Amino acid sequence: MHRLKSSNNLIYFFVFGFILFLASNRVDELRVYQGASIAVFVIAIASIILLTGYSGQVSLGHGALLAIGAYSAAVARNEFNVPVVVCFFIAVLSSALGGVLLGAAAARLTGPYLAGVTLALAIGLPSLANQFPILGGEQGLIFDVGFPPLSLGEEFTQYKWFFWISSLAALISMWLLSNILGSRYGRNWRAGRSNEVAAQLAGINTGRSKILAFTISAGVAGLAGALLSMTIGTVSPSAFPLALSFSLLTGAVLSGVTTLSGVMIGAVTLVAIPEIADVIANRIGASERITTNLPGLMVSTLLIITVLFVPHGPVEQHRSRKAKKLVQKKN
Amino acid sequence: MSLEVSQLTIHHGAICAVNDVSFTVKQGELVAVIGSNGAGKTTLLRTLSGLNKATRGSATWKGHNLLHSKPELIVRHGVSHVSEGKAVIPELTVNENLELGAIWRKNKKESVASKSEITSIFPRLGERLNQRADTLSGGERQMLAIGRALMSKPEILLLDEPSLGLAPLVVEQIFQTIRDLTTSMGLTVVLVEQNAMGALKIADSGVVLNLGKVAVSGSATSLIADPQVRAAYLGY
Amino acid sequence: MIQFINTLLIGITAGSIYSLMAIAIVLVWRSTRVINFAQAGMALLSTYFGYEAMVHLNSFWIALPVAMAGGAAVAAFIELVFMRFLLKRSAHGAISGVAPIIATLGLLGVIRALTSSIWGGQDVRIVGPVSNVGYSIGANTLAFSPLKLLILVTVIVLVLLLSLLFQKSSIGLSLRASAFSPEIARLSGIRVDAVRTLGWSLAGASGAVAGMFQTVNGNGSFSPDSIEFSLLLVSGFIAAVIGGLDSLIGAVIGGLVLGLVISFVLMYISSSLFFIAPFVILLIVLFLRPQGIIGAKAARRA
Ligand SMILES: Nc1ncnc2c1ncn2[C@@H]1O[C@H](COP(=O)(O)OP(=O)(O)O)[C@@H](O)[C@H]1O
Ligand SMILES: [Mg+2]
Repeated sequence: MHRLKSSNNLIYFFVFGFILFLASNRVDELRVYQGASIAVFVIAIASIILLTGYSGQVSLGHGALLAIGAYSAAVARNEFNVPVVVCFFIAVLSSALGGVLLGAAAARLTGPYLAGVTLALAIGLPSLANQFPILGGEQGLIFDVGFPPLSLGEEFTQYKWFFWISSLAALISMWLLSNILGSRYGRNWRAGRSNEVAAQLAGINTGRSKILAFTISAGVAGLAGALLSMTIGTVSPSAFPLALSFSLLTGAVLSGVTTLSGVMIGAVTLVAIPEIADVIANRIGASERITTNLPGLMVSTLLIITVLFVPHGPVEQHRSRKAKKLVQKKN
Repeated sequence: MSLEVSQLTIHHGAICAVNDVSFTVKQGELVAVIGSNGAGKTTLLRTLSGLNKATRGSATWKGHNLLHSKPELIVRHGVSHVSEGKAVIPELTVNENLELGAIWRKNKKESVASKSEITSIFPRLGERLNQRADTLSGGERQMLAIGRALMSKPEILLLDEPSLGLAPLVVEQIFQTIRDLTTSMGLTVVLVEQNAMGALKIADSGVVLNLGKVAVSGSATSLIADPQVRAAYLGY
Repeated sequence: MIQFINTLLIGITAGSIYSLMAIAIVLVWRSTRVINFAQAGMALLSTYFGYEAMVHLNSFWIALPVAMAGGAAVAAFIELVFMRFLLKRSAHGAISGVAPIIATLGLLGVIRALTSSIWGGQDVRIVGPVSNVGYSIGANTLAFSPLKLLILVTVIVLVLLLSLLFQKSSIGLSLRASAFSPEIARLSGIRVDAVRTLGWSLAGASGAVAGMFQTVNGNGSFSPDSIEFSLLLVSGFIAAVIGGLDSLIGAVIGGLVLGLVISFVLMYISSSLFFIAPFVILLIVLFLRPQGIIGAKAARRA
């Protein structure tokens, strides 16, 4: 049942991706760039949904895992001249490694403690870049995936190339994730989330299951990190501030942390909010101070409203409402 | 001037824990509510002190409606509840646990008097005033829980299984104290117990709960004599 | 030798400020079982209240109580209109465990954006009441100034007052009873809801002092993006965890330990470990003593 649903979603996703692709030929460069950002956010948010919504662990520090992926991809590219595709794999692997370590710590901790640990990590880890010269300090590193292949035509811009790469990566990761979530592992996570003791009695090794969740989530986050730095062109500590971790979490909550299928909602919202805020600020003729802070205010307010009123996200809400209606009809 | 429970029904979600229960406790009376595990005794008592919400029915003490009030207000009307399982706060000292019971009382002199009265009823508490409550024995903890409730200067005491997990000798001692409190201080007591024989022996009357309903009620002596009650709850 | 002493003094002063922040976290945790990640944001807002008082009345000793009162009021407001509602709504369901955490993060964002819209992103200054130039003995200058002495003394006085309140007054008894067993507290006639609000406002006041001192102990200037407040956010939490989350004495010890360790790491290992050191300390503590230095066992294990 669940598998069926997730493959349905995948079809929607493909269709949506194809529309986006067609659109990318018609819209201006800014939109294409935003499309690439959406794809990156989709990946990052999905990694949080897997962790928080499915295995019940909270991470306030996903930015740090993105940073690991981004830095390792950049180092591999700059120091060893590794092909771009391999760089992305390296990003996934090294972040996953970080995830194993963090997951081992996390399996011993519950909610607020884990939140605090990941928070401290998010603040601490990016600053490590200053400790090792190879990471380029505050300036950071260049991460250049090169020009689009000439075979795509002269018209094919750099941003469009970014968009293609990140969309492809997003499609692949979503497909993998929905398969994993529909599998035995996904069920184990949900069992552990709703009742850890019962899950253990049913023979699930909840500790190992949690570490696995952290590992996969981190690997996916690492991919998002590498893609993010691709779109920016550089990797530096300032690209992974605490605010990034918070926005990703917000994106996940807006999407509904208990299901992958709403992931676009969060990603689009995150990319759209600065623009919406801009429009609003212009409309009401707000001062510069308010204009710069409006996006942050909107994101946080949305987060609070969602937690209060649609804690399981818009998709789940819609589903349960539909289910209720169906029951009423039957009666 | 009494506790009037009438057609009281209480749910836990879909489970009906107390179903259409009515009984009256006159002032100065000791009433035992007995029944096996899961009969709804705790639920009934918690509702009387405002911790649980009722679905239907009414419950009044001296005319005060108990059902739409909060525990912290109900205690101000002279209703004190000692909840199941040695209701003390282990992190606090014996003295602090006692003070807790009187914390809402305005007249501090009276509270001090209550405390010396209670330590004379339970001398062992008096000797251990500055110990943390988690260093007490099970029986002492139960005494402390009752002592805390008495510090609120109650007119009616709701006791939930004070004998639970205590040695027979200690149980006897606690029951004797409860009887003495009723007689000497003029307290009204609702005593919830699985230990039916012990409770009925000291009670004036009894209510037998079964699966949330009143099975029988009457004077304690008549219940002890009732062959059905004997077979089901007294074991002979 | 002088370097060692200086490192020690810097660590103790910073640690005493972290202690206040940790106390705030502990007070909120004890009253509502929520880790308030917005505490640093509340401290920031309170510090702006203090700054306004400085601008208009030009006295640090008026600004400090103004900040405390402001912090207490903000905290009480948040508890009354927001947390109460949230905890009721999110008591059940798949994300009941994470909802409060996410909500306090949302609050942090809202407060940050609001302060930044009101006061702008630029630094503003609060001048300490006394000089921050170190005392000198002989040819050496100590890293200990009249200001640092003042901070230390004030923190000690506040902590003593707070522990007096908790241990000796009936309000303190209500606060402790409501924290350890809300049900018995209610049955004893304590208005636990009001006590929770009180716990939050004490936390707000304590965090306000931490914010004011953190600012004057630094270079005196601050903004919504100040590193100082990120540091307060993390160090308050870590210090509270080191102390076991449920204990005020633990929070004080945790703050001092954290201040000292950070100070020594910065001086003797590397200054770029400034932010990663707290994380490492946190991990070590959680692995060695999951119950904190003081605190109940199995408190944070599953
Ligand atoms: N918090 C609760 N949630 C759901 N059901 C409960 C709860 N408390 C009690 N029950 C149910 O209500 C019934 C009565 O329980 P209780 O009042 O504790 O009985 P007693 O005290 O007589 O043993 C039982 O079936 C029990 O399972
Ligand atoms: Mg019971």
